[in-house]
Amino acid sequence: MPGEQGVLRSDDQLDSLERGLDALTTVDPSARPWWSRALRRVVPPCVAVGLVLLAWQGLVWARVKPEYLFPSPADTWSTLGEQARSGVLFRAIWLSLSRGLFGFGIGVLVGTPLGLLVARVRSVGAAVRPVLSGLQSLPSVAWVPAAVIWFGLSSGAIYAVILLGSVPSIANGMASGLGQVPPLYGRVGRVLGASGLRSARYILLPAALPGYLAGLKQGWAFSWRSLMAAELITQSPRLGTGLGQLLNTGREFSDISLVFAMIITILVVGIAVDQCVFAPAERGMLRRRGLAPP
Amino acid sequence: MTSATGLASTATATSAVVVDRVVKRFGRDTAVLDQVSLDVPTGEFVCLLGASGCGKSTLLALLAGLDRPTSGSVRVRGGRPALMFQDSALLPWLTAAGNVELALRLRGVGRADRRAEARRLLGVVRLADVADRRPHELSGGMRQRVALARALAQQPEVLLMDEPFGALDAITRDVLHDELSRLWQETGLTVVFVTHNVREAVRLGQRVLLMSSRPGRVVGEYRVDVRGARRIESPEVAELSVRITDRLREEIRRHAR
Repeated sequence: MPGEQGVLRSDDQLDSLERGLDALTTVDPSARPWWSRALRRVVPPCVAVGLVLLAWQGLVWARVKPEYLFPSPADTWSTLGEQARSGVLFRAIWLSLSRGLFGFGIGVLVGTPLGLLVARVRSVGAAVRPVLSGLQSLPSVAWVPAAVIWFGLSSGAIYAVILLGSVPSIANGMASGLGQVPPLYGRVGRVLGASGLRSARYILLPAALPGYLAGLKQGWAFSWRSLMAAELITQSPRLGTGLGQLLNTGREFSDISLVFAMIITILVVGIAVDQCVFAPAERGMLRRRGLAPP
Repeated sequence: MTSATGLASTATATSAVVVDRVVKRFGRDTAVLDQVSLDVPTGEFVCLLGASGCGKSTLLALLAGLDRPTSGSVRVRGGRPALMFQDSALLPWLTAAGNVELALRLRGVGRADRRAEARRLLGVVRLADVADRRPHELSGGMRQRVALARALAQQPEVLLMDEPFGALDAITRDVLHDELSRLWQETGLTVVFVTHNVREAVRLGQRVLLMSSRPGRVVGEYRVDVRGARRIESPEVAELSVRITDRLREEIRRHAR
C-alpha cells in the first residue's frame, strides 16, 4: 500500500487537520449582551441596599431608640437634601475628594518606588517590610495628634496622615506583586534577551500589575479613611469644611440626622471612587489575563 | 537502519552546538551532569532522551545561557538560542501577536516592521486568525504554536526544546510533531529536543542520545535512518523505540535498591 503509511500528511491536509483541532479545542468567547451583564452587576447591590434601608426603617418603627437619637431614612434624606440645596454638601464633597485624591496621588509617587526597593534590594526589604506591615495595622487616626503638633492645623497635617495611611498599602502591593511573579517569566525574558531595565519594563512590571493594582485599591481605601480621621479631629477655618468637619458639626449640634447623612455620604463617595476607578481597572486586567470570568 | 555507536565528539567548524566535558553540580550534591560531551552539526535534529534526574533540562538551561557549567565548556553557534518550555510560557498580558512582537522588539526590530512580521510568523504556524486572542483563550496546542512562532521571531540558529509537547494530549502532540518536522525541514534550524518519550524522540530526531540518571551522562547514541517521512506509528520507529526502551530500563534498574 504505497502512500498509505510512512508518508507525511501533505501540507494541505496538515492545515485542515490543525484547523479542525483548533476549532475543537477552543470555545468561541460568546459574551452575554451588555444589558444582561449590566443587570447582573447592578441588581444584587440594589437589592442589598434596599434590604438595609428596610431593616433601618424597621428599627425606627420598632422604636429601638427615640427619634432624636436614631433618625429615620426619610429624616436623613431630607437633611441630606437641605445640605445639598445650600451647596454646603457639594463643596464639602469636592474639598474632601480633591484632598483625598491628591493625597493618594502623592502616596502613589512615594509608595511605588518604595515597594520596588523593598522587593528588589534584599537589605532594604529585610529592614522595611516588617515596618510596612506594622504600619498597615496601625489606625491612621493615631497619627493625627503627631501630625498636628508637627504641621499645625494645616493641610500639611492632613496630607501627612493620608500618606502614613496609604503608602504602606501601596508599597506592600508593589512588593508582593513583584514577589509573586512566576520565575518562569524571568527565564522567558532572559531567553528573549531582556535583562536589567528592559526585563523590568517588559516582563517584571507587567507581571506584577495584579498585586500592584490590589495595593492601589487598598491604598485608596486607606487614604480615604485616614482623611476622614484627620478631618474629624482637625477643626480650623483655614482648613475649610470637608465631609469630616461637617460630620463633626453634626456631633457638636447633636444633630443625629446630619451625622447619619454624613456617614452615608462618606461611605458613598468611597465606594463610588472604588467602583468608578479601581474596580473596572482590576476587572479589565483580570479578564484580559484570563484570571476572572468574562 | 540504526547503529548504537560510541560517542564521537570531534567538534568541527560545522558544529552548531558543542558541549565539552561539562560537569554541573548544585551545591555539594553529586553532579547532575557528569562529563557530558556532545556535538550537534548545523541543521541536525537531535533528541536528548532520559528518565527523571538525568539532567536533560539542566543541560538545556546551560545551552540557553540561563546557567553556567561547574566545569567544561558550552558553545552555541549564532548567539542566543531560542528555548521552548513545557509550559508555553506566553506572557498572559499580551495577545498572541503581542508575545511574538515582544521577541521582535527585544531583537531590535523597528516598530513599523514588527506587526507585519508577527502576523507572518503566526501564519507560519497557521495561527494568523487568532493573532489578537489572549493566551488563556487558546488551547494548549495553539499556545505551543504561538511559543514556536515567538521562538522563530528570535531568528535563532539553534532551537532548544524542553519537553515542549509533554503536557499535550496525544492527538494534538501527533499533529505538532508533523508541524515541527515540516518547520525544521523548511528552515534548516538546528534543533535540540529534550524528552522522556522514546517514541517521540525516534519520531522526530535524526539522532537520539540516551542519558543516564544521577549522574547524567550520555550512555547511548542511536541514528534514525528512516527514508522519507516518518510517523509515530511507523514500524521502523516502533522497532528502534523497543531497543532504546530496553536500554533505558536497564539504566533505570541500576537505581533499584
